[in-house]
Amino acid sequence: MTELAPDETVDPAVPVYPQARGCPFQPPAGYERYTQAGPVSLVELYNGRRVWAVSGHTEARQVLLDAATFSSDRIHPHYPATAPRFESARKVRNFIGMDPPEHTVQRRMLLSHFTVKKIQALRPGIQRLVDDLIDAIEAKGPVADLVPDFALPVPSIVICELLGVPYADHAFFEQQSRRVVTGTTTLEDSADAFAQLSAYLDGLIRRKESDPGDGLLDTLIAEQLSTGALTRRDLVDIALLLLVAGHETTASAIALGVLTLLEHPAQLEALRADAALLPSAVEELLRYMAIADGVARFATADTELGGHRVKAGDGVVVVISTANRDEEAFEGSGAFDVARGARHHVSFGHGVHQCIGQNLARAEMEIALSTLFRRLPGLRLAVPADRLPVKEPGGVQGIWELPVTW
Amino acid sequence: MRITADTHRCLGAGQCVLSAPDRFDQSDEGTVLVLDSRVDDAAQETRLRDVVALCPSQAIALEV
Repeated sequence: MTELAPDETVDPAVPVYPQARGCPFQPPAGYERYTQAGPVSLVELYNGRRVWAVSGHTEARQVLLDAATFSSDRIHPHYPATAPRFESARKVRNFIGMDPPEHTVQRRMLLSHFTVKKIQALRPGIQRLVDDLIDAIEAKGPVADLVPDFALPVPSIVICELLGVPYADHAFFEQQSRRVVTGTTTLEDSADAFAQLSAYLDGLIRRKESDPGDGLLDTLIAEQLSTGALTRRDLVDIALLLLVAGHETTASAIALGVLTLLEHPAQLEALRADAALLPSAVEELLRYMAIADGVARFATADTELGGHRVKAGDGVVVVISTANRDEEAFEGSGAFDVARGARHHVSFGHGVHQCIGQNLARAEMEIALSTLFRRLPGLRLAVPADRLPVKEPGGVQGIWELPVTW
Repeated sequence: MRITADTHRCLGAGQCVLSAPDRFDQSDEGTVLVLDSRVDDAAQETRLRDVVALCPSQAIALEV
């Protein structure tokens, strides 16, 4: 076993984490240095802190499954900030940044809203919404930018209806969410965006208390806030997580999913020829694109990980982009294969924090992508692929614009 | 051999329902329900081991 404590200067040329993607659906070329060094290696964060990068699939699952040894407590000073925005997020406290048993209590309050059956019941509404947006795109174009005209409004409208947030406020919360999830956002900027979103949601919750609706937030007010199971601050922080995670991630996945399929014409053709491949194709997009590039933890005790001795307090980054391309877990991992049928990627995480909205994301991606390519069969990029603006490292990955014609 | 489920560990990801809807469902509270716990042959066992491995909260298992 080697001992490479993150605080020791062992190798002056430790690679940095995160790094920028060249091609938006491929891991950064620089991540090869991590995998060449083994499934677990040292990386340096923006603030100079050295942490363990976990790039192997087996080791990634080991970390994510063991919440007792690898804490998600985002308020704890040992929790590694992989971008400045995570420093300001230390003030926001909801279940994504908690460990069991505290985490379990909050997550259980939400489970009944995200069952496979509940999401299945949302599909007809999502289908109508997607069709309406494509009607508008056809009426206006060609050309259209699929990010603002399609990829963003689909999940944004869906999460508004689910939570009971007025979509009329979308320009505000989409802009603030973007400041929260973008890798290059400064500490001050993300803190301001968190404060604005919190103030907005606090006001919304107060209005709902006197004038209830029928969304998830209304249920939480009636069942948890009124009984004292949640404080007002708890509820605001949970609402913030659900609203931001509920639209920004899926918006990125839909836009990047369109691009990935367009850039793999034989795979797109295979999907068009066999609609039964759709769930498998979405699963493969999730694996391949890995829009949540990585997720952080810190060790609560000395432990062994991938042949290294990890000490209590060490930071750990599970690199989803490389774990999903681990050849031992996915044969021919570099190939995008809509018929692969593999569901053990870690794009939604693993362990107790695995994405609560994953089945909503799957439904939105399935309906948005299949309907778009069916209704606009001549869909193609309106600019060269290498001119598309790629999202910055340290945040949700994807593209800022997607101009298309048909 | 049979499928066992621990609803106290379950955190409602729904991976089991997606992978084997003939075997698993979710309650109104959002936790796992086993529809059919029998594991009759090696082929079923292989398939169900994959489903068990997908569960993020280790709430389902195969027990002799």
